[in-house]
Amino acid sequence: MPTVSMTVNGRPATGEVEGRTLLVQFLRDQLRLTGTHVGCDTSQCGACVVHVDGRSVKSCTILAVQAQGCEVTTIEGLAAADGTLHPMQAAFREHHGLQCGFCTPGMVMSAVELARDNAGLTEAQVREGLEGNLCRCTGYHNIVKAVLAGAEAMQGQRPAAAE
Amino acid sequence: MANPTGIGAPVRRREDIRFLTGQGNYTDDINRANQTYAYVLRSPHAHARIREIDVSAAQAAPGVVAVFTGRDMAADGVKGLPCGWQIHSKDGSPMAEPPHPPLAVDIVRYVGDQVAVVIADSLGQARDAAELIEVDYEELPAAVTSDRALAAGAPQIHAEAPGNVCYDWHIGDAAAVDAAFARAKHVTRIDLVNTRLVPNPMEPRSYIGEFDRSTGEYTLWTSSQNPHVIRLLMGAFVLGIPEHKLRVIAPDVGGGFGAKIYHYAEEAIVTWASRKVTRPIKWTADRSEAFLSDAHGRDHLTTCELALDENANFLALRVHTTANLGAYLSTFAPSIPTYLYATLLAGQYKTPAIYAEVKAVFTNTVPVDAYRGAGRPEACYLIERLVENAARETGVDKVEIRRRNFIPPSAMPYNTPVALTYDTGDFARCMDMALKLADYAGFPARKAEAARRGKLRGIGFASYIEACGIAPSNVAGALGARAGLYESAEVRFHPTGSVTVFTGSHSHGQGHETTFAQIVADKFGIPIENVEIVHGDTSKIPFGMGTYGSRSLAVGGSAIVKAVDKVVNKARKIAAHMLEAAETDVEFRDGRFTVAGTDKSLGIGDIALSAYVPHNFPLEELEPGLDEQAFYDPKNFTYPNGTQICEVEIDPETGVVRIVNFVAADDFGRVINPMIVEGQVHGGLVQGIGQALLEHAVYDPDSGQLLSGSYMDYCMPRADDVPSFTVAYHEEAPCTHNPLGVKGCGEAGTIGGAAAVMNAVVDALADLGVTHLDMPATPERVWRAINARRPAAVAAE
Repeated sequence: MPTVSMTVNGRPATGEVEGRTLLVQFLRDQLRLTGTHVGCDTSQCGACVVHVDGRSVKSCTILAVQAQGCEVTTIEGLAAADGTLHPMQAAFREHHGLQCGFCTPGMVMSAVELARDNAGLTEAQVREGLEGNLCRCTGYHNIVKAVLAGAEAMQGQRPAAAE
Repeated sequence: MANPTGIGAPVRRREDIRFLTGQGNYTDDINRANQTYAYVLRSPHAHARIREIDVSAAQAAPGVVAVFTGRDMAADGVKGLPCGWQIHSKDGSPMAEPPHPPLAVDIVRYVGDQVAVVIADSLGQARDAAELIEVDYEELPAAVTSDRALAAGAPQIHAEAPGNVCYDWHIGDAAAVDAAFARAKHVTRIDLVNTRLVPNPMEPRSYIGEFDRSTGEYTLWTSSQNPHVIRLLMGAFVLGIPEHKLRVIAPDVGGGFGAKIYHYAEEAIVTWASRKVTRPIKWTADRSEAFLSDAHGRDHLTTCELALDENANFLALRVHTTANLGAYLSTFAPSIPTYLYATLLAGQYKTPAIYAEVKAVFTNTVPVDAYRGAGRPEACYLIERLVENAARETGVDKVEIRRRNFIPPSAMPYNTPVALTYDTGDFARCMDMALKLADYAGFPARKAEAARRGKLRGIGFASYIEACGIAPSNVAGALGARAGLYESAEVRFHPTGSVTVFTGSHSHGQGHETTFAQIVADKFGIPIENVEIVHGDTSKIPFGMGTYGSRSLAVGGSAIVKAVDKVVNKARKIAAHMLEAAETDVEFRDGRFTVAGTDKSLGIGDIALSAYVPHNFPLEELEPGLDEQAFYDPKNFTYPNGTQICEVEIDPETGVVRIVNFVAADDFGRVINPMIVEGQVHGGLVQGIGQALLEHAVYDPDSGQLLSGSYMDYCMPRADDVPSFTVAYHEEAPCTHNPLGVKGCGEAGTIGGAAAVMNAVVDALADLGVTHLDMPATPERVWRAINARRPAAVAAE
């Protein structure tokens, strides 16, 4: 079986995987980073979104071996070392942008990239930008509010808010 | 609001930190030592006889621990999955109740029916080995829609259900309805399809079964809304495991919406097989399996008629519904199109005579059961569609016709002609709130402005009522429930002042850990940080019925209040002893017991310490300790109600429906946490909008294949499909029979949502002569409706 090595949440991670092992399976089953979820089998729901080399990626859509040598950030790596929530995480809590929590990690990871790439986000941009993430609980209303607030907070923190 | 974390405060949720940092603990996140993985082989046919299953190659495949079929389970004494509700037909005969083995024996009855299970060291190995199982099927003709299943010569799905009829039930006074129709000045009639939906909680179902040889105890981790119900159903009826040897844990659960109420085959399979292989077994559905095996919702064909007099007063309602139950009876399936549906047909109106007939039918499809709203959205949909059509046909404004027919607050409590007693409700108040927020008065101007841009604007209402907080056990029992429907709570006041609350309710997104803690902190007058809420483990909590039917706060919360009151009453006795006062003179307020008219007082924390260190304690009167349990069985249902107003704009060139405004004004009784309540409404509304515009579980009528079996085909609402909402509520008509005055809010949005949207769509198209559309109002369907009525325009283009 191939060996794969990458940096996950700032720490080196190595493991033996089958060629068919998906990045999400490597994260969940081998590294026990179970914050990244699997909600579908067609790359539609976005519960598995992580950042690979700074870009949001559905980790059910790439093989673990494709992440060889990459910097991977999962939801577990988003808050500061002292536990201080990332502004986007804090905004989701403040605006009740989550209910059952299952879509939340992917939703937050997508939102962080969306906010980072787009200064002055509008509601329409947020709704379009989150098209790849399904939530069945919130009706999106509070997620949209949270992402707008989180994006504003991230703007305020720049450049300190290095992930 | 005195207490910033008490009742009425928008307290931020305590569960959020773990979910936001990836520390949630869902079943699939749990891994047990020496764990194996199960893969369930499913039927590719809608209806077939199993001639032979050859598992030898699979058994020999790498990593395979065991392979089991239905015959193996039956030979070991495993019984079928039970049904929790019995309906009797019009003629008094009990419903047809065919067996439902966890793994099919001899016949498969829907695409997705469980055929065999492979257990292996890894999921990949189990999946690979399953491909080596050879099943020799003899395909049989299938009946997929209820129409086809009822037709002469239809394939017979169960020997126990002649003609595929499960039951033929009715409610109401047929003679009174006939008489009212005979003297009616106007009759409004619609044929409706209430579409089949797939609930789709984002966490797929997941189970781990484990058997401990040293104690003989089984443990099941399950993504369930009600762990005790699963323990009872699976232990007593399927596997024959007594309660003290079966622990069921429902940890963090990623949404339910009804789909995780029921006892599913895979729960029994992993629990039973864990003893056979003496290793833990994990099974997690992939989404495709969820589409083929989670209970579906709705699926009604309905003809309904409303009789009106010359003043547009409603005289009578007549309803005939055929309900598709799928291939087997899911746990609560029989109750949904009967007592959770037809009993709501009065809606908010004083219609004096109502009669409904419901024929429930087996088909070769996934079993159908409660999905958010469960029967009540179906009832609301037909009532509100009829009301708006009646308004159009009689020329009475849709607001006025409702106002004229609303049950007034002065008539409460009100006995409907379909068996319910509404305790409170001020329906006009909610509608007036909604009218204002939606600027109903300004609608004609907005419609005209849209028309100038070539767009069609429509506005639609849904004035809904629901019976929830289910249920008084004696009433439910009389109606066929085979379970009680109370809720349990234990409140353990610890020696140094913190409190652990064990609740039989289960949170899978509703935020109980916050809302319940608010109630307890408020009642005891202690900081919310000192309160912990525990749920979801049968080894910890008293026997509870779980969460569904918007019951957690009304029933579970009331049980907590009862237990809190017991603690306070005992603590008062202890305080009286310690303060050397008569118990009747001791008042409890803001966490302190005070002798009336004096400055002598003790904090409840002091009392707790004394209860566990009973040096100065009335030992001759009381036992030590401060730990009380309560079971609360409600006296009646609760009746949340409200009016939703949806405004849409349709592009006639494309048929695309855009929701431009959506208002919901609700009466949920007293509100504990408005932030959470509003979130429940938002989510509920989008599930209603989803049904109206996007979602549809579509079967190929001949092959019985589920055509919309993935997120590529089943159109889930996404962020850019739906609007933001304006949500308001009033607390002026609290529930009269539970200690919190609460009614429930989890299903309201879904109950009215689809009706409001479809009424708006039909309203937008009414000027073109369109009087009816079925859900979902997809661009294609809307475009065809528009263009069927303007052939000249199409031809000219």
